[in-house]
Amino acid sequence: MSDQPIIRVQHVIKSFGKVTAVNDVSFDVRAGEIFAFLGPNGAGKTTTIKMLTTLLRPTSGSLELDGLDPATHQTEMRRRFGVVFQDPSLDSDLTAWENMDIHGVLYHVPRRARRERTETLLRMFELWDRRDDLVKTFSGGMKRRLEIARGLLHTPKVLFLDEPTLGLDPQSRNQMWTHVRNLNQAERVTVFLTTHYMDEADRVADRIAVIDHGRIVATGSSAQLKQQTGTDSLEAAFLALTGTTIRDESATAADQMRQVARVWRR
Amino acid sequence: MTVVFILWLREVKKYLRSRVQIVASLGGPLMYLGVLGFGLGPVFRRAGEGSYLQFMAPGVIGMTVLFTAMFSGIAMLWDRQFGFLKETLVAPVPRLAIMIGRTLGGATVAVLQGTLIFVVTLIAGFRPASLLAVPLAFLVIALIAVIFSALATAIGSSLKEMQGFQMVMNFLVMPTFFLSGAIYPLEGLPKVLGALTRVDPLTYGVDGVRGLLIGRTHFGVALDVAVLVGVGVLFVLFGAWRFSKIEA
Repeated sequence: MSDQPIIRVQHVIKSFGKVTAVNDVSFDVRAGEIFAFLGPNGAGKTTTIKMLTTLLRPTSGSLELDGLDPATHQTEMRRRFGVVFQDPSLDSDLTAWENMDIHGVLYHVPRRARRERTETLLRMFELWDRRDDLVKTFSGGMKRRLEIARGLLHTPKVLFLDEPTLGLDPQSRNQMWTHVRNLNQAERVTVFLTTHYMDEADRVADRIAVIDHGRIVATGSSAQLKQQTGTDSLEAAFLALTGTTIRDESATAADQMRQVARVWRR
Repeated sequence: MTVVFILWLREVKKYLRSRVQIVASLGGPLMYLGVLGFGLGPVFRRAGEGSYLQFMAPGVIGMTVLFTAMFSGIAMLWDRQFGFLKETLVAPVPRLAIMIGRTLGGATVAVLQGTLIFVVTLIAGFRPASLLAVPLAFLVIALIAVIFSALATAIGSSLKEMQGFQMVMNFLVMPTFFLSGAIYPLEGLPKVLGALTRVDPLTYGVDGVRGLLIGRTHFGVALDVAVLVGVGVLFVLFGAWRFSKIEA
C-alpha cells in the first residue's frame, strides 16, 4: 500500500438551493486501501459519492481522483473508477453476459479483453454458470455481485460501493465482503464504500471517515476511532460521534419511487 | 459509433424479448380499429366520405407509433433511478451518443410496432392504393417515430416524479392523438379545432401516411414531410439538450 492519495477532497461544499448537503469536507484516500465513509441518513454520503463519480459538480472546493479534476478531465476520470450505486443499475431484461458486454463497449475495452475479463470476473463472483440467464431471474445477492463484477470490467483504479449490502441477508453480506477483500488484494483496487452496518466497516475497512450534517467529524482506523471516543465497538464510537438523534429526512422523489419499487418488485 | 449501435441494439433486443408486452400494446389500437372503424363506418359512408376503415388505418398506425415512442421515454424516468440509464451516465462516452442510441432504439421499436399494426389493418381489410408507396409511407412513419422518441427523451430527462406520467398522458399524448386528424377528416372543422390540429406534429405525420397509402391528403405530402423534418430536427436538438442536463 502506498501513501500516495488516489482521491483528494479539499474544502468541498455542495449546496442545493438553501440546503448545504456537504459543508467544507476534506479528506484523502490512499491508493490500495479500503476506505469506509460512514454517516447517518442525510449526512452527505451519497452526495459526496456523486461528486466523486462526476454526477454532481461541487459548489466550491476541489476534488481529484488519480490526479484528475472532474471539471476538466471528466472522461479520463470516468475510465479510472467503477461504481455500484445504492439503487440497482443493471438491465434486468438482458442476460448477465450482455450486461457485462455493453459495459465493456461503453468503456472501450477491446473485444478480446472484454471476453476474457468477463469470464474471469463472472467466475470470481460465482456467476459464470448463470451468464446466459436474464438478470431479472437473479436473487438480490447475485445482482449485487454482478454489479460489482461489471464495475471492475474496465480494470478501474477505484471502486465506489454505495451501500452494497443494503437489503441482503447475512450470508450474502458475508460473502460480498469476502469478495471485496479478495479483489482488493488481487487487483490492487482502491475501494471506497458506504454502509450502515458498523460490523462490516469494522471488518473490512483500513480507514474510516465519519460524516455528519455535511461535515467530517472523525477520520482514522477503526481502532483509532474507538480509542478517540473511549468506546469498545465501532457502533458505540459511531453513536458517540454522531449522537443518538434519529434523522428524519423529508422524502425525495427517489424515496417515493423506491417505495413503489418495493411494492412491485417483491 | 459502436456506443450508439450497442444502445440501439439493446432497445431492439429488449423489445423482441417482451412478447407479452408486444401483444398487450396491440390492444389499444385494435380497439380503435375494430370499434371505431366498424362502428362509425356506416355513418362515414352515408356522409359520402367512402370507407372509414381505409380512412382511419393510417391514423391508427400513427397512434401506435406515438404511444410506443412516448412510453419508451416515460420508462426512462424509472430507468434513471432504478435502471441501466445511470450506468450509461457515468460511462466515459459523450451524453449525445447515449441520447442518440436510446432515441433511435425507441424510434425503431415504434416503427416495428407500427409495422405490426399495418399488417393487422391489412388483415382487417385495409387496402393501400399503391404498393409502391408503402416504403415511402414507412419513411414518414419513421419520421413520426423519431419526433416522438426525441420528445419522450426530453420529457423523461425533465420529469422528477412518476406522477408526472399521468400529466404527460392526459395533457400531451392523448391531445396529440385526438387533435391529429387520425380519426376524423380535417376539412370543415370549427376554427379553433382547425388551428389546434395545425400545431400538432402528428397531424402532418398522419396526413403524409394517408396521402401515400390512400392518396387522400389535406396539406400535400411534400409539405407534410417538410414540417416533419423541421420538427424532427428541433425535437432531437431539444431532447439532446435536456438529456445533457440530467443530474442523477
